[in-house]
Amino acid sequence: MDDTNEVSLVVKDLSLSIEKRPILKDINLTIPNNKITCIVGPSGCGKSTLLKTFNRLIDEVDGVEHSGKIMIAGRDILASKGPDLIELRRHIGLVPQKPCPLPMSIYENVAYGCRIHGLCRNRKELNGMVENYLGEVGLWDEVKDRLHSPAGKLSIGQQQRLCLARSLAVRPDFILADEATSALDPVSSKTVEDLFVKLKEKYTIIMVTHTLRQAFRIADYAVFIYLGEVIETGEAKQVFNDPKEELTRKYLAGVFS
Amino acid sequence: MKNHKKKYIEEAVMKGIMFLCVFLVLAFVVTIIWTIFAKGLKSISWEMVSSVPGPDFNTRDDGGFLNAIVGSILVVVPSTVIAVLVSVPVVFYITLYRRRTDKLSYVARLAYDVLYGIPSIVYGAFAFAVMVYVGMRASLLGGIIVTTLLMIPMLIRSGDEIAKTIPDEIGEAAYSLGATKYETMKVILRQAFPGMITATLLALGRAIGDAAGVMFTAGFSDAIPKTLSQPVATLPLAIFNWVTMPAPFPDRAYAAALVLSVIVLLLSIGGRLISNHFSKNNL
Repeated sequence: MDDTNEVSLVVKDLSLSIEKRPILKDINLTIPNNKITCIVGPSGCGKSTLLKTFNRLIDEVDGVEHSGKIMIAGRDILASKGPDLIELRRHIGLVPQKPCPLPMSIYENVAYGCRIHGLCRNRKELNGMVENYLGEVGLWDEVKDRLHSPAGKLSIGQQQRLCLARSLAVRPDFILADEATSALDPVSSKTVEDLFVKLKEKYTIIMVTHTLRQAFRIADYAVFIYLGEVIETGEAKQVFNDPKEELTRKYLAGVFS
Repeated sequence: MKNHKKKYIEEAVMKGIMFLCVFLVLAFVVTIIWTIFAKGLKSISWEMVSSVPGPDFNTRDDGGFLNAIVGSILVVVPSTVIAVLVSVPVVFYITLYRRRTDKLSYVARLAYDVLYGIPSIVYGAFAFAVMVYVGMRASLLGGIIVTTLLMIPMLIRSGDEIAKTIPDEIGEAAYSLGATKYETMKVILRQAFPGMITATLLALGRAIGDAAGVMFTAGFSDAIPKTLSQPVATLPLAIFNWVTMPAPFPDRAYAAALVLSVIVLLLSIGGRLISNHFSKNNL
């Protein structure tokens, strides 16, 4: 994978079942670069499963079977094994639904990815990197005096920004966000949202959200999924303001959720 | 209204029963500690805990049971280290590398559940049979082996329970950064550390107090062993031997029981302090 963000993510005929129960059906998608793509749809429609398939975290679930392809820079994610899979995950960062700092200090949380991938040559470089990514998520000024205190002591909003900094520190091309603001208070939620808008200049952001208003606010591109099938995709403005499909229209109108 | 009254009575009765149970348990603990301390303190002396039995130990106060104190530590400390070194990989293999529904995990869990339920005397008898077969005498090594076997199922069982309490998100966070399963294991181990310390000290506490396992395998000796092949005295076996013998042995048994209880109490308190320290710092 190259270091420039020219890579795009293309999903071809993806079907996935868990213990023989179909979850995703024949998904075809192209995720545009340097944009925020919001995946929306009612609960249980397969949004999070699709997101977890992008970085193969879905492998940790029992009884998963899949077919089709997910291509990044000419490589099929679903066929990746061993070192390829590790490299792939490095290129696809994840911001979880519930902030989950690793059980270590603030500094070590950000440094962790760099350490395991050997991305920094010395301590000075590592310090600079930690400062840089904490700065990128607007956390540096808030934590610079307590870098070595446990990450679990930060507020929930700060923890989520730390998780984002931790993901950025391994220099990904993509950032997956699984309802990343749903556990946060409105102020923290706005901060994280603004960060995503800022970060799309450098990264391709794929976000699952349950909050339609959030999707309206920040999405450039939208994907509507219903019962494991992609119903409609396109520019967010078009999908949200002038949907082509009846199901999308009903979902946006709140007929079902 | 009538229904509410019935519910209120039910609540009061259940609360009363629960309180009674708590009281009974506390009373039980206090009685044991009181008996051991009252009888033990009466007979314990500095000589008893600082010297090995003298030549006239059987007839009068000559020497003490330092051999049993040191012997217990010599048996239990290496056993704990070996048991932890074996149990931690087992726990992580069945929880991280194998799925919960996997057949090997299922069989492994069943196996250690069965092992956990086997009384220590059976471990002792088994180890004794093996020792006779290979021509080994009752020795420190025999005691270490059987105590290790006794501790492994305890540690795996508690380790497995602790692993279940670690949020999946921690593993997912490490994986999503490109960590291997082994690197992820190290992250999870940090989170599990306080629990593992407590589990280890509880297992250690149980093992140090076990007489049946070491009865045939470690033997008994008035001297502190210098090699692994020499027999070794342990505190529980000393208590077992002395408590039914004529005076002055029962007093020595209570003194030994006091020393054993203090060691176990110190381990429990130490474990709690260490565990609290790490939990508080979330490291």
